[in-house]
Amino acid sequence: MIRSSRGLAAGLAGLGLIAVLAVAAPLVWGGDAAHLSGAAREGASGAHWLGTDALGRDVLARTLVATRLTLVMTLSATAIAGTIGILLGTAVWVAGPRVREAGLRLIDVMVSYPAVILALAVAAILGAGTAAAVVAIGVAWSPAFARLTANLAASVAGRDFVAAARLLGVPPHRVLVRHLLPNIAEPLLVLLSVAFAGTLTALSGLSFIGLGVQAPSYDWGALLNTGLDALYTNPAEALGPAVAITLTGVLASFVGDGLAAGADPHRIGISGRLKKAPVPVAAPAADDGEALLTVAGLRVSAGGVDLVDGVSFTVRPGEIVGVVGESGSGKSLTAMAVARLLPDTVTADAGALRLDDLDLLAGAAPDRLATEIGVVYQDPAASFNPALRLGGQLTEVLRRHRGLDRRAARTKAAEALAAVRITRPEARLRRHPHELSGGMRQRAMIASALLTGPRLLIADEPTTALDVTVQAEILDLLREANRRDGTAMLFISHDIGVIASLCHRVLVMYAGRIVEELPVGDLVAGRSRHPYTRALLDATPRVDAEGDGELTTIPGRPPAPADRAAGCAFASRCALAMPKCTEEPPAAISLGADHRAACHALDQKVEENAS
Amino acid sequence: MTLPAEKAAAAEPAAGKLAAEHVTVVFGHGRRAATVLDDVSLAVPEGTTVGLVGESGSGKSTLAKAMVGLVRPRSGRILLDGAQVSGLRGARLTAARRRVQLVSQDPNSSLDPRMRIGRALAEAIDPRRADPRAHAEQIAAGLEMVALEPDAARRYPHEFSGGQRQRIAIARALVARPEVIVADEITSALDCSVQAEVLNLLARLRAELRLTMLFISHDLAVVRHVSDSVAVMHRGVIVERGDIYAAPAHPYTRRLLASAPSLPPKETR
Amino acid sequence: MTAAVQEAPAPPPVKAGSRVRNPWIGFLLRRLAGLAGVLAALVVVTFLMVQLIPGDPARALAGTDATGAQVERFRHELGLDRPLPAQFGSYVSGLLHGDLGTSFQTREPVADVIGGRLPFTAELALLAIVLVLALAIPLGMAVAVATRGGRRRRLDAAFTFGTGLLGATPEYVLGTLLVLVFAITLRLLPAAGASSLSALVLPVVAVALPSTCVLARIVRRETAVVLNQDYMRTARGRRLPPLALYARHALPNLLTSTLTMGGLMLTAMLGGTIIVESVFAWPGLGSRVVQAIINRDYPVIQGTVLVLGILAALLNLLIDVLLGLLDPRTLTARSTS
Repeated sequence: MIRSSRGLAAGLAGLGLIAVLAVAAPLVWGGDAAHLSGAAREGASGAHWLGTDALGRDVLARTLVATRLTLVMTLSATAIAGTIGILLGTAVWVAGPRVREAGLRLIDVMVSYPAVILALAVAAILGAGTAAAVVAIGVAWSPAFARLTANLAASVAGRDFVAAARLLGVPPHRVLVRHLLPNIAEPLLVLLSVAFAGTLTALSGLSFIGLGVQAPSYDWGALLNTGLDALYTNPAEALGPAVAITLTGVLASFVGDGLAAGADPHRIGISGRLKKAPVPVAAPAADDGEALLTVAGLRVSAGGVDLVDGVSFTVRPGEIVGVVGESGSGKSLTAMAVARLLPDTVTADAGALRLDDLDLLAGAAPDRLATEIGVVYQDPAASFNPALRLGGQLTEVLRRHRGLDRRAARTKAAEALAAVRITRPEARLRRHPHELSGGMRQRAMIASALLTGPRLLIADEPTTALDVTVQAEILDLLREANRRDGTAMLFISHDIGVIASLCHRVLVMYAGRIVEELPVGDLVAGRSRHPYTRALLDATPRVDAEGDGELTTIPGRPPAPADRAAGCAFASRCALAMPKCTEEPPAAISLGADHRAACHALDQKVEENAS
Repeated sequence: MTLPAEKAAAAEPAAGKLAAEHVTVVFGHGRRAATVLDDVSLAVPEGTTVGLVGESGSGKSTLAKAMVGLVRPRSGRILLDGAQVSGLRGARLTAARRRVQLVSQDPNSSLDPRMRIGRALAEAIDPRRADPRAHAEQIAAGLEMVALEPDAARRYPHEFSGGQRQRIAIARALVARPEVIVADEITSALDCSVQAEVLNLLARLRAELRLTMLFISHDLAVVRHVSDSVAVMHRGVIVERGDIYAAPAHPYTRRLLASAPSLPPKETR
Repeated sequence: MTAAVQEAPAPPPVKAGSRVRNPWIGFLLRRLAGLAGVLAALVVVTFLMVQLIPGDPARALAGTDATGAQVERFRHELGLDRPLPAQFGSYVSGLLHGDLGTSFQTREPVADVIGGRLPFTAELALLAIVLVLALAIPLGMAVAVATRGGRRRRLDAAFTFGTGLLGATPEYVLGTLLVLVFAITLRLLPAAGASSLSALVLPVVAVALPSTCVLARIVRRETAVVLNQDYMRTARGRRLPPLALYARHALPNLLTSTLTMGGLMLTAMLGGTIIVESVFAWPGLGSRVVQAIINRDYPVIQGTVLVLGILAALLNLLIDVLLGLLDPRTLTARSTS
């Protein structure tokens, strides 16, 4: 699973060379390094590239020869740290809950102490010397391994597949070898390379201050120490070991970075930003003179791939329009494009994107955007800033864009909280978001979105993270706001039942396009026409129907955005598909008032009926 | 199909294949202690599917873990074929555990990302050796049961979609030849059409294998679709069981049913 | 976690903990208890340092050419001939009276030795820590904002390479190079000593620069994570000017995660300081303890390790308090790191 990178490759290659040097250098330059040339403390010259030391020995040769001892010490210390740490971490994790708790606390405390202080204590006990330094640094680095091992083991052990293995009767030691170790190996490898760089630095540091390798042996740190004394006469003498220590450390950290980048889910899937030339809008939006929101030919793309592909619709004043679709259909991207809140990695363009007289495409004024569009997000736990009190977050727009003072803004915010039936609103404003329950947070989010009396409320899966009873309360609140203030809404959900119970009109999205648009009455009365809409309805189990009926499934999966066919994206899964379907995209055909569907099969039926 | 309604919520359930008897589970100690399950009794009769509905924090997943032996009850017993399995240790625990298998919610966590599907199924067949070559036929049969090709065995979990991974998790549970399956929110992370696939698969397996199953979900419609009888859980207590859809008695059940967004039954279409 | 806590009417649900009590009380009580534990551990460890010397401590301390009688006199002088509990008792009671013993080498009271040296180490370390925070946080944030969503790949690469290189350079190597360039070649700044304010510059830079690079990378990564959070989208939805967006909404959150991870690094800088002192002949605890270890001057070693340990503990406590101020949720968490 480790993905290669240039840094990783360069680091490994460099360390490989240094390893070769460690083996070969004492054999090749061992004589030079010990040879007393009689020319003490000479500057760099053709014969001695880095000059000579106080006894006239060649500094370059000594630096190269010291590679072996330095590397052996570093590897030994890393091995000691890894072995002690991993054993300790495993022991702590295997132990009972009480011991584990205490052990983890202890390891935490040990990790938070500078390794150098720990190493000084060990060096003080064992006395200055090579072995003492290796043991000291090895021991000092072991808590880091112990902590990582224990934490990783705990997190992996908490995953369902480990529970499954236990239930299947897999013996504990096999669970460890088969499931735990492979899943924690990668982060441990990263730590090993970090620890290699760290122990190199620390060991050389101990030798540098005279607590490590003692004369006549020498490593890079000891050479740097004598180099420091000669800094005024031959600066090159310090330069050799300085470069050697730094270079090796940098290479090891490159390896660590490369390994970590391969393992880090954050880094995966960052796609390039490729702005595509605007595509001419295929079909103009249904001309709707009374529209509040007009979206025409909306296209959202990432890395040159269209995620939303030419979506057109309108929302009238006071109307709740629902957008339903499965994951990847582009419904949330559509909503966020309207709100002008798309992530940095995707770009949007459209033939028209207008909220009444406000053009959302041409940099609309921030104060109008902030006050005329309210947004409610999917996850109420994540959508409030955890570090700020509720009051500050709720009053922000009023103070920034409406020029209200703190007191007036707080009064309005408290009223808004009361309006969504939050008790003791004044007190809640002084709370942090995490002190509220999930349902209450979402109600506060709705209050925040409605605070400025927006003309359009965009709700992106606002009830998905909530329990069904809480969902019902949230839907009630939205209905109430719609009736009381006439707020128009664009409501996104994957749940066709929720859409049917709240909205006036429904847009069904599939693979980045709207496939059907119909009044909710038609949907509820079973008058939907597009094969996908019908399949979606048939796939939904009913709470009011006796079970056991076979649900309709849709064969295959939705195509990935990059693989969408030239024609209808649903064609490969559609029972009614014709050759034409894969070739040309179906145009929306009118099937009644506010009822349109994009399907060649329907087109044919309409034609047949007409003839 | 519906069992004789057991109207009184606290009533003793009929002895089942798998049963919880007065199970109480407490997490934490002292001041931080929280009672997650409070004197819960629930039986799953042989060859039937019992649905368990509840909202987040109601304790339904804890009951699932207690039923399969991953959580130790503070008091009460878990019975399998009338014999107590809670509190067993060592080899007898292992033997009892294999008879009840758990399928869990998260398709990203239910399979080991570093293990090929074949090996995961081989481990279910032979937990010690886990050699996919020795059980190739059984593995292929297991995959076929959940409508996957035999060559799926050579691939890794990340090569499959969420619904496919849940089907593989079901196959892994099935090849262990358990007597009972506990399914904990197995469709809640899935899209509607994918959920339908998994639900249809369960329906087929119930008919073909006479599965005994405890099916846990927050979704009333899904539970109704797959279960012979349903119990409602609220704050660690089973508040109602039996025919909750036609004649809900407990106020919480009524609130739950009223909250569920409904679509018209298909007959009108 | 409180994922199980859902709002509902009717009887109050079972909740862990209550929100009536001030979370700071519990937090401070726990932390002070932790601090006491750490102090106790430090006392035990420093006490055992002498006992753990392989072989006969008295012989090791008296030197290889000491006669048997000298060793015995030494043993008696140090109290090593008394039973262990009695030795520990007098060690602890000494500590309680501020008596850290007497240096073998100079016959000075250790408390005086440390008292004379500690200010220099504290000055160096604190200045360096302030410098690291003042440089790394703006730098990391600026780079994260500038390169968000894959923008400015070259800046990204340059930042990654530059901080990678400098971050992996040990403080003492950097110190040596700084002396070479600024003191010897350019003759701009003094190479050693602590006689003038300008003498502070090179040591502080040597200690601070590598850590700045490491922390800037952490800040950059954490900022990138924070910028992708849902609450940042909510804040963008309020159409705030960039300063309010980044300073008010992003900064507190990324400071939380940065301090959680970078806190370890800040205490580790104490270690860097100790070694760098040798480069610049800085009259701090570090250069003194090195001398003491070479001379096996145990009372000084014990005292210094104890004081450095306390410094690290106080630094950790300070970080935890800062975290608590920034994000109250960490107050109730069992462990911050």
